[in-house]
Amino acid sequence: MKLVTGHRLFWPAVVLIALLLANLAFTPDFFAIRLRDGHLYGSLIDILHFGSPLILVALGMTLVIATGGIDLSVGSTVAIAAALACLHISESDDPGSVGTVLTAVAIALGVALLLGAANGVLVARIGVQPIIATLILMVAGRGVAQLITDGQIITVTSEPFKLIGGGYWLTVPFSILLAAAVVLFASMLTRRTALGLLLESVGGNPVASRLVGIRAAGLIGLVYVVSALCAALAGLMISSNVSAADGNNAGLWIELDAILAVVVGGTSLNGGRFSLGGTVLGALVIQTLSTTVYTIGIPPETTLVFKAVVVIAVCLVQSPVFRAKAARRKSGARHGNRPVASKKLEVGA
Amino acid sequence: MSTDTVLSTLTRRGRGQIPMLVTSVLLVVMFAAGSVSYDGFLSGQVLLNLLIDNAFLLVVAVGMTFVILTGGIDLSVGAMVALSTMISAWLVQLHGWPPLLVIPLVLAIGTGAGLAMGWVIHTFEIQPFIVTLAGMFLARGLCYTISIDSISITDPTYTSMAQTRIPLGELFISPSVLIAVLAVVAAFVVLHYSRFGRNVYALGGSEQSSVLMGLPVSRTKIGVYGVSGFCSALGGVLMTFYMLSGYGLHAVGLELDAIAAVVIGGTLLTGGTGYLLGTVLGVLVLGLIQTVISFQGTLSSWWTRIVIGALLFVFILLQRVLTSRRRT
Repeated sequence: MKLVTGHRLFWPAVVLIALLLANLAFTPDFFAIRLRDGHLYGSLIDILHFGSPLILVALGMTLVIATGGIDLSVGSTVAIAAALACLHISESDDPGSVGTVLTAVAIALGVALLLGAANGVLVARIGVQPIIATLILMVAGRGVAQLITDGQIITVTSEPFKLIGGGYWLTVPFSILLAAAVVLFASMLTRRTALGLLLESVGGNPVASRLVGIRAAGLIGLVYVVSALCAALAGLMISSNVSAADGNNAGLWIELDAILAVVVGGTSLNGGRFSLGGTVLGALVIQTLSTTVYTIGIPPETTLVFKAVVVIAVCLVQSPVFRAKAARRKSGARHGNRPVASKKLEVGA
Repeated sequence: MSTDTVLSTLTRRGRGQIPMLVTSVLLVVMFAAGSVSYDGFLSGQVLLNLLIDNAFLLVVAVGMTFVILTGGIDLSVGAMVALSTMISAWLVQLHGWPPLLVIPLVLAIGTGAGLAMGWVIHTFEIQPFIVTLAGMFLARGLCYTISIDSISITDPTYTSMAQTRIPLGELFISPSVLIAVLAVVAAFVVLHYSRFGRNVYALGGSEQSSVLMGLPVSRTKIGVYGVSGFCSALGGVLMTFYMLSGYGLHAVGLELDAIAAVVIGGTLLTGGTGYLLGTVLGVLVLGLIQTVISFQGTLSSWWTRIVIGALLFVFILLQRVLTSRRRT
């Protein structure tokens, strides 16, 4: 039993299952999945489908947070990637051809690579605090996205492009497959090679990692590039799903949702150990929360209140001080010697 | 005098003033360039309009300065401004409460929320970034539980605050500017001439040393978030005067503008170094960018964001250069 409850994925999984069961109480056929016209339909599929961009962004964010950093610019990167891809497709002579779409994807990913590299250089080479370095792109990026779309919403009609975020492949929404592939690739890369371990050591103790000969700067630069690429893919999905690029609203607040997903998934914001599986669960929790709010009929804008409660609860549970206080209260009630440990903690604070 | 002597004089005066100096020069250059390029730019009223249009940002940025000086950050300010406008509009317009009761209540709510966040940050040692992020979600969410739509205010007290013009010779300012300037003066005195202010700098310099010196770290740390909460609520009140409405989408992204103003004003994001007047200059620079872009006419509003981003980049690099030189 301890083995199960002690597992790092236990609590995120419990929250997800509880949320899903809560939905079942409101909509009895919540778990039903139907096959219609060779496509799978159902609420669970919807959660995965609409959650795919968030899973991707949160995945990149997890790697950044594992190194002790944070990437606030992903929302802007989403908007820029979407704007570039849609602009290229809408201006080309043959928007329906596969070649045009592939070029558009390549342009979006290429620019994201540059943006990520810029963040990486600022953080790893120049030594700016990550929250500030990425704040620059977060502020300027939305402006750049609107500059690309000229303040308009660019709509595109292109079958191959539609496939990325809104199409189906082998009866399953393509975006789910794409997200799953990226998650699988990332977990293979971090867990089957030493890469994950190196990232954790850089996040856990940068000085010690440097002393044992890990090239921290390169690794840190790399995670920002990966994060930007993931965000660009998510941007392609979001714009493809609605066949339009909106420089103002595409990926708005997605950086906050992504950070939330990472935290819910059990990765500490202080860096060090990370869990990609936890992040996927966390992203699904966030997406299910949004879906639940819609199905119960609460105004969707109030989702923010629930998210706030979730963040605070999860952070409190993760906080060692809170755990110590809770544990002390428990044992204190048993032995009646509560004030003993408090002195030490005050000094530590 | 050679460059080296100039540099060493500046060094003796304290490097913390260099970014502020750069900002002042930038402000003058921008204003001069604007005056040369556009008709009607060179007038006192353009300068005063800067204050009228940015009074709420000024107040919010002042609160943010306190937090950043301790090495923290407060992401909830924009949402707190929106919540303040919403509560004001809701109570005054829909429930007929007297404004003289509502305004102190809003200020108390803001201060209370700030203190609560500070308490969580200090007691449980959770990063300020994530706690204030939760505060931001909560405040924006609460706006929408009050109303999803904008509530406009027709109360005579509020409309008179919005329309009153206080004459200054041939020019005029609004009552909000007066309140904002008072807030700046009060904050200046507190930060630079009170025990609390000194504790803020000490805490930003090194928390551990502050603890060892026996400074009231917990009170100071919780206090700065209280100050920031109060300032964002006051900013919200000023915004209610300016907009004459309460809306959950007011002040989206204001936290970024406030942080940008503080950074451009020369306060180090790692805490411990900075001046309140620098923040005032920072707010004026942001305001001037908007003014220049609106005078230009052909540039779209999104250029504001890009220019602010570029300025942030330059000033952060400047900070890095200055701090790395100090260490060696």
